[in-house]
Amino acid sequence: MSTVEMTVNGKQVSADVEDRTLLSAFLRENLNLTGTHIGCDTSQCGACVVHVDGKAVKSCTMLAAQASGSEVTTIEGLANGGELHPVQTAFKENHGLQCGFCTPGMIMTAVDMINRHGGANLDEKTIRQELEGNICRCTGYHNIVRSIETAAKELA
Amino acid sequence: MYETKYHRASSADEASSLLGSAEDGKLIAGGQTLIPTMKQRLAAPSDLVDIGAIGAMNGIAVEGGQVTIGACTTHAQVATDAVLQSACPAICDLASTIGDPAVRHKGTIGGSIANNDPAADYPAAMIALSAQIHTNKRTIGSSYFFVGLFETALEEDEIITSVTFSAPARAAYAKYANPASRYAMAGVFVAKMSDGSAHVGITGAGSDGVFSHPGMEAALASNWSADAISGESVAAEDMLSDIHADAAYRANLVKVMAGRAVSAAGYSKAPNN
Repeated sequence: MSTVEMTVNGKQVSADVEDRTLLSAFLRENLNLTGTHIGCDTSQCGACVVHVDGKAVKSCTMLAAQASGSEVTTIEGLANGGELHPVQTAFKENHGLQCGFCTPGMIMTAVDMINRHGGANLDEKTIRQELEGNICRCTGYHNIVRSIETAAKELA
Repeated sequence: MYETKYHRASSADEASSLLGSAEDGKLIAGGQTLIPTMKQRLAAPSDLVDIGAIGAMNGIAVEGGQVTIGACTTHAQVATDAVLQSACPAICDLASTIGDPAVRHKGTIGGSIANNDPAADYPAAMIALSAQIHTNKRTIGSSYFFVGLFETALEEDEIITSVTFSAPARAAYAKYANPASRYAMAGVFVAKMSDGSAHVGITGAGSDGVFSHPGMEAALASNWSADAISGESVAAEDMLSDIHADAAYRANLVKVMAGRAVSAAGYSKAPNN
């Protein structure tokens, strides 16, 4: 067992967990932040993407102990109170989700790509390349790409 | 995943001693291969020694045409580093094709070359750039470092700290990615050095892992063009063969990718080249 301490969505948290605990399990089971989804468990689907120290990572491919001392943002930490993040709003308005399972990871990946490229520089080809690590099995990619394009323009 | 004990090291020496005192310890840097392997119970180290937070092993420097990349530098850092983009854009291009953005934020160059997956990208660049692999004990030339499939010259408690190479005059990496896994089915890194020599590193295809091709290297040293290598042969009996591509297909793919890399290789923008 190890004590892990980190800041999650602005709140300081601490817990004793088995060393093998994945960050995704820590978020879901210790903190009840079940917005971070586990889709494949083989590091391919991207439903578990969160931000660690400002960078998108797959939380199922990182130990909670590795994230100790870091700042973590999950899908629950994006909205400002009752006001959705512009990427969340764009997904809602552009029908960027069908079943919604991949959506938390898609949105966290989208926020990260907009942060890195800047909203003004994000074209459709880049968005599609950047989504390589996120799988939507409703095959809703077209509207996901449209949602990200809309949000990127909004945030430019 | 089986139980394991996590340790965070603050230096390579500390990591080496932690590894030495563990029953069956493994280093973890980005963990983008090791953690999925542990989740599948294909690896069950008693101890994990985390070297990802060792500052001295992270970062990129270019001085007098010599490139140094710390072992714990992520693929995302390599892909986007402005100084490296100028000195050796080909290795930035290579890094930008590894995995996906989230994987590139965690995965490291040291982890990739220490694992020596036969389909990993970096080993091809290390061979073509005649890189030196620095460890906490010694320096190993890349031609001696990569021994075979998932096998390197590293000893049990030896830790890669950085890699260095001379910025090439021109270079490029061309990869034919498996349409599903996106791993290289053939990836060829070509480099022309300022002394006129040419080097070719090939990954994804060889049944013994990464390899060089002396015939192509000689042909390219005298004539840097895709035509120059069209007469060279790649031995099918030395290629991997699987449901995605048989050995003869891969042998041809190596030549096609080598030609594309040579055609794509632009000159370095660095003034010292």
